[in-house]
Amino acid sequence: MEKFTTLQSQAIPLAIENIDTDQIIPARFLKATDRKGFGDNLFKDWRFNKDDSVNESFSLNNPKYSGSILVAGDNFGCGSSREHAAWALSDYGFKVIVSSFFADIFKGNALNNGLLPVQVSAEFLKVLLDVTTENPETILQVNLEEQIISVKGTSFKEAFDIDAYKKTCMINGYDDIDYLLSKKETISAFEAKKTY
Amino acid sequence: MGQTLFDKVWDAHVVETIKDGPQVLYIDKHLIHEVTSPQAFNELEERNIPVFRPKQIVATADHNTPTQNQHLPVKDLLSRNQLEQLSENCKKNNITLYQLGHQYNGIVHVMAPELGITQPGMTMVCGDSHTSTHGAFGTIAFGIGTSQVAQVFASQCLLLTKPKSLRVTVNGKLKNGVLPKDVILYIIAKLGTNSGTGYFCEYAGDVFENMSMEGRMTVCNMSIEMGARGGMIAPDQTTFDYVKDKEFAPKGDAFDKKVAYWKTLPTDADAVFDKEYAFDAEDIEPMVTYGTNPGMGIKVTENIPTIDDASFEKSLQYMDFKKGESLINKPINYVFIGSCTNSRIEDFRVAANYIKGKQKADNVTAWLVPGSKQVEAQIIKEGLKDVFDAAGFELRQPGCSACLAMNDDKIPQGEYCVSTSNRNFEGRQGQGSRTILASPLVAAATAIEGKIVDITKQLN
Ligand code: SF4
Repeated sequence: MEKFTTLQSQAIPLAIENIDTDQIIPARFLKATDRKGFGDNLFKDWRFNKDDSVNESFSLNNPKYSGSILVAGDNFGCGSSREHAAWALSDYGFKVIVSSFFADIFKGNALNNGLLPVQVSAEFLKVLLDVTTENPETILQVNLEEQIISVKGTSFKEAFDIDAYKKTCMINGYDDIDYLLSKKETISAFEAKKTY
Repeated sequence: MGQTLFDKVWDAHVVETIKDGPQVLYIDKHLIHEVTSPQAFNELEERNIPVFRPKQIVATADHNTPTQNQHLPVKDLLSRNQLEQLSENCKKNNITLYQLGHQYNGIVHVMAPELGITQPGMTMVCGDSHTSTHGAFGTIAFGIGTSQVAQVFASQCLLLTKPKSLRVTVNGKLKNGVLPKDVILYIIAKLGTNSGTGYFCEYAGDVFENMSMEGRMTVCNMSIEMGARGGMIAPDQTTFDYVKDKEFAPKGDAFDKKVAYWKTLPTDADAVFDKEYAFDAEDIEPMVTYGTNPGMGIKVTENIPTIDDASFEKSLQYMDFKKGESLINKPINYVFIGSCTNSRIEDFRVAANYIKGKQKADNVTAWLVPGSKQVEAQIIKEGLKDVFDAAGFELRQPGCSACLAMNDDKIPQGEYCVSTSNRNFEGRQGQGSRTILASPLVAAATAIEGKIVDITKQLN
């Protein structure tokens, strides 16, 4: 997993609530057996019209917007547990997703892939959506060590929460398998003594 | 202070607690399927890690399998490749696989309970969010991502932070024609799609106590649709009777010993939940959804609410419905009875009972897709297939099918489908398809009438 400490980038606003993983990556693209290439089909049915032409009004297609931060509406990543959603967002180039709420499984999947979910208050989300929409040149700064997200050149900033263990993993680029493998003896001992 | 059912099962499975961090939770059973496992197998292979406990893993092929001509090679090349990889991976790692055509093949959340793989007091995971289904047995069961599938392969454990506890109590007597599906659609409509996020939910009260195991599975299945990682119902005599004599259930003395343990699991009277909700059974009626998330549900007799909100309006626009309108008499051309929510024998009995002696409307294409080979065999054995055939319904072979439309079972662009599945997301049943979630009874009635009807009028 790639290490993550700080990021400065422009952001793409996507002011839609309850974005489910079927929208992030529709089921028909889940037939691959490796993790690569899902970015091409990210938000497929929103990025492209029914006749496969580009949907110009969708923010990811708007040339005004760019960057590796996605600022999305409340309850991002609900629905299916498909990790393909996190792979597609990473593969497309996102490193941080900001929302006022994340669905559990998506949040875990993102963290396991070095994609940082930053949960902010509803008020701060509105600020971020407004500034990035009105002024696409806006730079957002994400500092994982200090757990702060801010708008560069302004006084807008907010602290965010992250599990201490997950934070260490992200900063060092470790994953859970490394940890669990180091515990094999404890696990075997647990199996031998199971009480149920 | 007393403990909840969830606490008791969780605490018995904690291997270790990391200071200021998550816990290492032991997993008893790991179910896998073709779509979310290949990348996990690859990862293990790349890192040269063996599968730690292959005997605790069971595999099935379900998500992209065809529901017709299963004896022929799978036509879609990508799907076929995924199925072949699953077979190869299972063979290489000594994992039991019920592949396409096997008498035990089926949707992962239908076949495992009916084989007795699912038992009370266990921890179970699967790379599929509807793993919550197994909670009907008093099991901690939840969906995981592919990285976690790899973790369980490597260590039979997961690193997790214990979720908070939530209890939903429904007491009273359900009205005629109100099925378990209506109960859960009602709860989600009341609570919204993220009220359960961060929680594990216990369903309590006499409505669930009086429910069959099939009904309890329908309810727990949709826990994830209110954001909860899983749902649970306390194991009782109904549970024990269901598990008894199943293929992989403990037998004889071993079974009795287990039952004695399972009886200690229900929530203590003085246990405290982080959040509680209570509903009245009499207030529940047959439900339908009108929007693009499962929380957007109304009683079939109600009108679509009038809410000024951009996301709400976007959703109605996708569905081509208007604020304040009723869904009754909406013409419907597709009906799907299937998916891990409603594809058990009881669901087909309900449908057949209603359909018997009637004819499907000409405008309707009606697919009935059993959840497993065993359910399919039972449908034939009980003569239900004859009822369906005579009424013009098409009984297909088991699989996830139109629930997520990864195979050929797709609802065409712009068409409505009254579906017994669990998700009405945009395009879930095929690009541009419009899903209306409902019970098998409402679905059957829709197929007969060719439009949505007020089923309560017919029943009372
Ligand atoms: S039937 Fe649908 S919800 Fe259930 S496991 Fe299959 S795809 Fe998932």
